[in-house]
Amino acid sequence: MKEKSRRFILVDILYISIMLLPILIGLVLTILTKPQAEGITITGARIFLRVSMPLQSLLITEAQIHSWLVMISILGLCLYLTHGLKTRQVRSRQHLAEWIVEKVDFLVKDSMGEYFMGFSAFIASILALSAFSSLLALFGLYPPTSDLNVVAGWAVLVFILITYYKSKCGPWQYMKSFTEPVPFLTPLNIISEVATPVSMAFRHYGNVLSGAVISVLVATGLQGLSRLLLGWLPGFFGGIPFLQIGIPAVLSIYFDVFSGCLQAYIFAMLTMMYVSGGFPLELYMKRKTQKKKLEVM
Amino acid sequence: MLELAIGIILGGCALGAGTAMIAGIGPGIGEGNAVAKACEAIGRQPESRGAVTSTMLMGCAIAETTGLYALVIAILLIFVAPNILVNILMNAIG
Repeated sequence: MKEKSRRFILVDILYISIMLLPILIGLVLTILTKPQAEGITITGARIFLRVSMPLQSLLITEAQIHSWLVMISILGLCLYLTHGLKTRQVRSRQHLAEWIVEKVDFLVKDSMGEYFMGFSAFIASILALSAFSSLLALFGLYPPTSDLNVVAGWAVLVFILITYYKSKCGPWQYMKSFTEPVPFLTPLNIISEVATPVSMAFRHYGNVLSGAVISVLVATGLQGLSRLLLGWLPGFFGGIPFLQIGIPAVLSIYFDVFSGCLQAYIFAMLTMMYVSGGFPLELYMKRKTQKKKLEVM
Repeated sequence: MLELAIGIILGGCALGAGTAMIAGIGPGIGEGNAVAKACEAIGRQPESRGAVTSTMLMGCAIAETTGLYALVIAILLIFVAPNILVNILMNAIG
């Protein structure tokens, strides 16, 4: 019994280290590679590596590396939460895991319907990836969601899903869905179809990036203001930007924590609405029953 | 002459960014309306608070989209466009 519990604790420590090591690696990488700068510095993701490819050189940027670190970290979190599941004498972490699964299941059932229940794992992973990517800014790391390429990748994935479910009743039905409600509106329908992933990507990226830009501007402004107001303090104290203490944290609570989590929720909600809204469920079910009847006959 | 050309490019970019952000008015009014109506609804039916709040947040996020398009264009004009335009000018001069 004792041997078993020791092994349990060892595995727990392994999972926690999978959870925390990526963040530590990211911090070390950022500290080692970030150039020292004065004043306002708003840059995109730094490029670590260029791999030459036939069409265009592939850039390995900070955003990609950080999103991989977030993925590994979430894997560790999931392994930790689901370690040692029991039916009796449930641990508190199992309660948490069950709560998350129940909430996501309820959300998917509520907004997509019974047919799409298999989507709950996908939706939960989108929620977790997006939220944790935005929350990475709390550690002072570059949040991957403030790079358009990362979010555009997710939006393209969602677009492929939408198109797959729309064309599930055959390509003819898919083409026909563009001419609704009147054939006259076909060009507008095509534009709005293309605008879906663009607007999803821009919404998420714009919100996170605008938060980062405003935070940097406010922090720099407060530095100048405190130099102006408190510069008369003798010697060493005159150089400390006292106004920078505390005030940027309030902005960070709104922009990083609230806005990041809200954008994750909105991205997931929009994914669910677009996928389930484009899918002609009644027609599909009708055809399925017809096919079954033919097979029986 | 070159300085004047570069100055015009930078000034044009800054003016364009500022003008683009006029689009922020629309989402502001729209979201204000949405929140006001949501407050009314909660006042009328306090028990539907959760549903109203989540629907309102969704609607606000979608109403925000036009403002964010303007924001992206402004950011591109400030941080990306000047470099590209000055490069084009330099290439044209040779």
